[in-house]
Amino acid sequence: MTNDWLRIDGLAKSFDGVKALAGFSCSLREGEILGLLGPNGAGKTTLFNVISGFLAPESGNVVLRGVNLTGKPPHRIATAGIARTFQDLRLIRQLSVLDNVLLSFRDQPGERLGNVFFRGKSSQDQEAANRNEATSLLEECGLAEKANDPAEDLSYGQQKLLSLVCCLAAKADLLLLDEPVAGIAPEMIEKMLGIIRDLPNQGKSVMLIEHDLDAVMQVCDRVVFMDAGVKVSEGTPEEVRNDPKVIEAYIA
Amino acid sequence: MEYLLHILILIGIYVILASSLNLIAGYAGLLSIAHAAFFGVGAYVAVLMGLHWETPFLVNLAAAVVFCGILGGVVGAPGLRIRDDYFVIATFAFQVIAFSVLNNWVSLTGGPMGLPGIPQPVIFGWTVSSHWEFLVLTGGCCAAVLWICHKIVTSPFGRMLKAIREDEVFAQAAGKNVAACKVLVFAIGAAMAAVAGVMYAHYISFIDPTSFTVMESIFIISIVIIGGAGSMWGPVLGAVVLVALPEVLRFVGLPSAVAANVRQILYGGALVAMMMWRPQGLLGEYAFRKGEAQQ
Ligand SMILES: Nc1ncnc2c1ncn2[C@@H]1O[C@H](COP(=O)(O)OP(=O)(O)OP(=O)(O)O)[C@@H](O)[C@H]1O
Ligand SMILES: [Mg+2]
Repeated sequence: MTNDWLRIDGLAKSFDGVKALAGFSCSLREGEILGLLGPNGAGKTTLFNVISGFLAPESGNVVLRGVNLTGKPPHRIATAGIARTFQDLRLIRQLSVLDNVLLSFRDQPGERLGNVFFRGKSSQDQEAANRNEATSLLEECGLAEKANDPAEDLSYGQQKLLSLVCCLAAKADLLLLDEPVAGIAPEMIEKMLGIIRDLPNQGKSVMLIEHDLDAVMQVCDRVVFMDAGVKVSEGTPEEVRNDPKVIEAYIA
Repeated sequence: MEYLLHILILIGIYVILASSLNLIAGYAGLLSIAHAAFFGVGAYVAVLMGLHWETPFLVNLAAAVVFCGILGGVVGAPGLRIRDDYFVIATFAFQVIAFSVLNNWVSLTGGPMGLPGIPQPVIFGWTVSSHWEFLVLTGGCCAAVLWICHKIVTSPFGRMLKAIREDEVFAQAAGKNVAACKVLVFAIGAAMAAVAGVMYAHYISFIDPTSFTVMESIFIISIVIIGGAGSMWGPVLGAVVLVALPEVLRFVGLPSAVAANVRQILYGGALVAMMMWRPQGLLGEYAFRKGEAQQ
């Protein structure tokens, strides 16, 4: 039980009779990268939406470090240490790259109006510190020259990279990455996987949805294969790939 | 000269109205048709206090601001939980209700007869009576409102508002309490509209419900959209243009009955033209055509 840093227990969610999650359970250790595989419509994104609070499950629980997060609103879960990306790529396209990163910092004093008017100094100091940190994050991943361009001017791959940077700025302990490398150029895939692979060294845990088996093999410690809203197989990437149930699900 | 001062005072009042609506609509992306209601309620609260209790002007002003702020929060809270397009309808409903209350609660508001004989404001012994003095008072309020708007929109709070306007889901995933933010900004905008109401009432020294109709709300929205939603100076420019325009028409020599109609046509035409060719307004950065802006 001590290993269950994140515990997902019997989650169920259906849409008009379609069971997107049908009693899904799994757990995650601290500092682990867990791959989440499954055919289209298996319920992977729905699982992320439930964990991050955008969907309320009909039953089941999500417990992080012993704290039950089930049913809490998304902003609470986001400030409790969970950051996510979206399969359909969400950024504030009209705002600058830097602003997108700045927005991702949690609990900013300057976001409370009282501080803006009555504690201007401390919120400005924090803002300046965030700005420095955001700039160095952008430098590290090679987006620094684009910092002041609107996010929509970035290439698709750069936008996906930016959403990963936003998760880093969030200082979250758990990152939920929904197909971070789907549809982007090979060099960019390498760069992204490099960043993801390094996350456990910073004490972060990751759940990674990905169809690209090579990518999964490269970065994941463990893999869960799901289909029709339930876990079908679990183990090392090798084990799961060779599991007859998984092969069968892919053929079907 | 007095005529010019009169126009400037009106411009000041509309700068307050448009800038405060701009916080709600331009920065937070919440199209509200209730702004004239807060404008009116603010005016009535201050005037009624002054007439019945003879409380000092500044007390009445503060009370009107607080009252409208709370009212904005109360009206906004349920409305903001629903979807954007229903929110527009909810604010429309509130606007209609507020007008009927002002128009029908005759024993309190005087109904359609309005409230005449509003006394001149006295501020620490300074009686505001001439056009010049009213211009100073309105200009001061205008500057204060603009300063507050500036502080808000250049702060991280302002950045959060823009994020909410563009993509609520992103904002929530980034840990922003979207609902609380919307209610807060709606309440602040309503409180600022009350300032304009108090200025207007004391300047004209008479109020009746016809100054606070849905048409007035739409006029304020037009100022914001034509001037440029989501920019600091857009609504200021919009107020100058739209308040001065009918006066220019008058100088062209149109009889006033015709001028009134021509004015309506011009406003309508300007709005349509803006929507087609420059949806972000003269100075703005945010277009209300959401679908297109997002994909
Ligand atoms: N908001 C929604 N409304 C209705 N049905 C939905 C909704 N979200 C998901 N579904 C349905 O739930 C099922 C699981 O969808 P989900 O997006 O979780 O799959 P996925 O595993 O992420 O698939 P993919 O690999 O294609 O991204 C699908 O049948 C989908 O049509
Ligand atoms: Mg998906």
